[in-house]
Amino acid sequence: MKQDIFQAISDPTRRAILTLVAIQALTPNAMADKFDMSRQAVSKHIKVLHECELIKPEQSGREIYYHFNAKKMQEFDNWLAQFRKNWETQFNQLDVLLSTIKEQKK
Amino acid sequence: MNNDLLFDFNVDKAAKTVFITREFNAELSLVWDAFTKQELLDQWGAPAPMRAKTKYMDFKVGGRRFYAMISPDGQERWAVQEYTSITPKTNFKMYNSFADKNKNRELPGSEWDYTFSEENGRTKVNITIFNESFERMEKLLEGFRIGFTMTLTNLENLLSTLSEKQ
Repeated sequence: MKQDIFQAISDPTRRAILTLVAIQALTPNAMADKFDMSRQAVSKHIKVLHECELIKPEQSGREIYYHFNAKKMQEFDNWLAQFRKNWETQFNQLDVLLSTIKEQKK
Repeated sequence: MNNDLLFDFNVDKAAKTVFITREFNAELSLVWDAFTKQELLDQWGAPAPMRAKTKYMDFKVGGRRFYAMISPDGQERWAVQEYTSITPKTNFKMYNSFADKNKNRELPGSEWDYTFSEENGRTKVNITIFNESFERMEKLLEGFRIGFTMTLTNLENLLSTLSEKQ
């Protein structure tokens, strides 16, 4: 099953990995070192982040480096911006309705 | 208009929760009605050019509202809201799920919590939306996209506001 971006971001270790990877592409070994975690534990987090496309692998020689996929984060933020905009529109409609009702009551 | 009315929109991605606060220039009982009465809800409950149509609404604990968001070209997106808790003129909670036109719910949905308070003739409404899954959260916008117009400039402004807040 495709990983959910909310689930991916909700884990503190994965958020820390994202923060690091956003600064500099890292190999799984480098991540394991930085977080003092087993290679196996790191692999699980990488899998989740990769599946929801927040990071993407790039082969460099014999090593695989994981990069931050800013585009995916942007999609998420675009979605939020639209959601917010919809609420704004609805609330403005409600303002009009409320003032209409108040006028009628007078 | 109403630029002086408070509007807050915050997202805690880690907690999978959206927090919305809005102030209205009206007394509490009126605002409460606007959120809990079918005939009023349908007048503002969908962002133009979409419109909301409630087929039935039974505002009591365990009761449900069955309604649709309708796009200008007539496409309908149905949802079922089940009221899980009601404290009159103070708070209500509901469980929102999308559905087909035969009321079959697509679970899991999202948990909504509305709190109302009045001060100096203005009413503040706090809304929290908890969603277990982002993919499902994304669905909250489905259908809205049709006929939805927003200039790129608007989007950029909003994005910079959001990123500043984070």
